[in-house]
Amino acid sequence: MNNQVSYVRTQMLAQQPPPGREMGAVKWMRENLFAGPINSALTILGAAAVVWLIASAWPWLAASVWNASTLSECREIIAASWGEGHHGACWAVIKDRWQQYAFGFYPSDLYWRAILALGLLFFALTPVLFAANRRVANRVMGVVSLVVLAFVTVAEFRLIDPADAAAHSIWAAILTVTLVLAVLWAVHIFAPSKLIWFTAIYPGLGFWLLWGGSVWLPVVALAGFVIGWLAFRAAQPFGGPAQLVAMLLVPVLWWIYGAGVAADVLNRIIPFSIEAVGSDKFGGFVLAITIGVAGIALSLPFGIVLALGRQSNMFLVKALSVCFIEFIRGVPLITLLFTASLLLNYFLPPGTNFDIILRVIIMVTLFAAAYIAEVIRGGLAALPRGQYEAADALGLDYWKAQRLIILPQALKISIPGIVSTFIGMFKDTTLVVFVGLLDPLKGITDIVRASTDWKGIYWEPYIFVAAIFFIFNFSMSRYAMYLERKLKTDHR
Amino acid sequence: MANVHDVPKDTFRLSMLLYDTRYRSLTIQVVIFMLFMAGIAWLIDNTVDNLRALGKDPVFDYSFLGNRAGYDISQRLIEYTNDSTHARAMLVGLLNTLLVSVLGCIAATILGVFAGVLRLSKSWIVARLMTVYVEVTRNVPLLLWILLVYAVFTEAMPAPNAFRPNAEGVAGASMILGDSVAITNRYTAIPNPMYVRDLGTISLGIVHISVNFLVLVAIIAGSIWANRRILAHAAAVQEATGVRPTTWWKSLLTLFGPVVAFLWFMGFHLEYPELKGFNFAGGINVTNSLMALWLALTLYTAAFIAEIVRAGIQAISKGQTEAAFALGLRPGRTMSLVILPQALRVIIPPLISQYLNLTKNSSLAIAVGYLDLRGTLGGITLNQTGRELEAILLMAGIYLTISLIISGAMNVYNKSVKLKER
Repeated sequence: MNNQVSYVRTQMLAQQPPPGREMGAVKWMRENLFAGPINSALTILGAAAVVWLIASAWPWLAASVWNASTLSECREIIAASWGEGHHGACWAVIKDRWQQYAFGFYPSDLYWRAILALGLLFFALTPVLFAANRRVANRVMGVVSLVVLAFVTVAEFRLIDPADAAAHSIWAAILTVTLVLAVLWAVHIFAPSKLIWFTAIYPGLGFWLLWGGSVWLPVVALAGFVIGWLAFRAAQPFGGPAQLVAMLLVPVLWWIYGAGVAADVLNRIIPFSIEAVGSDKFGGFVLAITIGVAGIALSLPFGIVLALGRQSNMFLVKALSVCFIEFIRGVPLITLLFTASLLLNYFLPPGTNFDIILRVIIMVTLFAAAYIAEVIRGGLAALPRGQYEAADALGLDYWKAQRLIILPQALKISIPGIVSTFIGMFKDTTLVVFVGLLDPLKGITDIVRASTDWKGIYWEPYIFVAAIFFIFNFSMSRYAMYLERKLKTDHR
Repeated sequence: MANVHDVPKDTFRLSMLLYDTRYRSLTIQVVIFMLFMAGIAWLIDNTVDNLRALGKDPVFDYSFLGNRAGYDISQRLIEYTNDSTHARAMLVGLLNTLLVSVLGCIAATILGVFAGVLRLSKSWIVARLMTVYVEVTRNVPLLLWILLVYAVFTEAMPAPNAFRPNAEGVAGASMILGDSVAITNRYTAIPNPMYVRDLGTISLGIVHISVNFLVLVAIIAGSIWANRRILAHAAAVQEATGVRPTTWWKSLLTLFGPVVAFLWFMGFHLEYPELKGFNFAGGINVTNSLMALWLALTLYTAAFIAEIVRAGIQAISKGQTEAAFALGLRPGRTMSLVILPQALRVIIPPLISQYLNLTKNSSLAIAVGYLDLRGTLGGITLNQTGRELEAILLMAGIYLTISLIISGAMNVYNKSVKLKER
């Protein structure tokens, strides 16, 4: 049997390694860089562009100066270190003026209040934004606490103008901040579900910390909501529509007629106030964030109402919503801001004169609400008709159907659009410079460039502001992606 | 015989207004209507009171539009001097708004489509580069781009007299694109299209339009119509016989022949800008404010358009391409007959709303001193005449009209391509 020739292989050959061009870096390059003649050309062009960008920006960036007090001093340092005629980046302007970019003309001994207000914002947002994920919430709150403490310490020890420091106690400020943070952490650890109450009072608290003044003004304003809820409960025996009317009417009456008197009386009984800061002192990123956050918080509910109004069966409600949305969307924001600064006082009873920042917030809110309404309308339209029919078949009334079935799904679909509206709004806060407010981009930069020290500087302030805006907006869009992933319930 | 029960009497009780769904919506609407009218009346009443108190009576007075404007506008499309009326200044501003918007839309579409397609490129470097471009541009305020581009023009570009050769015959700066364009720190000089034979202008009341231009537009429109006819004819022949006649050379000839012939006959040529004295003359000097605004709007909007284009292409499932290949369509035909018609349905509506945004964003011209509608009517005219209410209402009305026209066009398109469902 030995001479029998076997035509069938009885032993497997050892596995060969794949050919060199089909493995490792070479394969990756063949697939991702040189997949064909057009692709290769594009890759080479792209690489050339990258090289060109780096080559033209690097000498300027490499010659960065961080320590100088004037532009001419900065130029001298560059000339001395890198030779005459060399261009370099003068980041010293940022180091010299960053507190103005951050706070505008906010009194320097009160910086801690602005920092605390913005830091607490994250604590207030945590129960809303990271409700489901305790680990992320812990991490966010931890980082925010550390950042707030660090900033407050720096602000207290390094930034206070001797002119502002008269009767100011550094340790009192730091202690207050630490105490507030500690209380919030205690709530977060021992009764996490109660943190939502902090979210509820945050609008008043934030306002009080930023603008100062009597504590009773925000308290009575917030009391309006409690009163509305009480009215809602009180009207229960009279049925749903009466409840709705009571819930809307009573707080409005309170705010118009009761709140001012109540604040006055309370102030006389228990006077408690902190140093007031006028709106003209606001500027920089504190201003941008204040306007942006207030606008975002107010425009979402208003936008939802508008979107529902636009989908309504009632002709008049629909017509009014459509007119409002189309009018706001058809007009540039600048026009609305000018309306706020020039015309709003005409529309109100003679003698009314209210704060410019508040007026701008109102206009920005109206503007963003119209856009959000359109985004949510898209979400409502994208729901299959079966969802509406199923809600009807279950016998749910309009509000229950919206609350339990329609809106949760529609809002989920609309998240990317809503977030990009918010990003757009945050970017648009820079336009307030045209009504005389000191936005970080043009308002503060113009002030910096008008000073004798930094006359003639161009790129550095813009690049700095651009970088900050980029960080804010990019993280917002990343958060939207996180939310989309988290809310995704279809198992594809 | 069964008793027919009494049909409940169709009485109307007052409580039915609230509790009967047939009437409730009516009640709500009446209440809302009354509240709305009361609110409007309150606003108007306040406004009239306030304006009276300021001595601005009558309240709605647009007669200021007929007064002398008294200010100059450097960038303009129609004749205007500071002796012209405010109404004419407004028209100049409106045309400036439209000019930068149209230029911006065209450039942003081209750049955006390129960036969007390249972002899907297989080339890793190019795709990453485009991602960086899109993310960086979208997440930074437009105002910053406008200021930055303007700073590039005003700070980094040479002064006009730097183009003059010095004693050694060496100029500090040189013109680009074959000595036809000069970018200076105040304006960009571009060639001026000129005709040897001129048919003159016709006057349309307030604006004068070159007859040459009108004839050119008419010829182009005629060529496009003729080309449509040729293609329709080819399609008809294909339907009837199954063989499509070759049309490409006919199309080329119809589209370009008449235009070239007309331009040649009229003696069309470009007049290049030349340095005369301290400035360029002969060409058109485009102010840097327009250039900066245009480029910044283009860069910014193109990033959004790139995302729209990318989303549109990705929205078409791969099965469509495979199905088209299975039917034996070549890649080019697959693109034009299967992918593009479906992708455009997704792309065009958001694209048009980007055009709308660009038009509205052009009001940021205020940042670089480009006198658009907001700069003339809502800026200098408003400040000179003190008629805030009238000026802002008129300006809002004009912007609203532009927006409604654009979104009206979008609705027509949407209707025509809508998927028909139940």
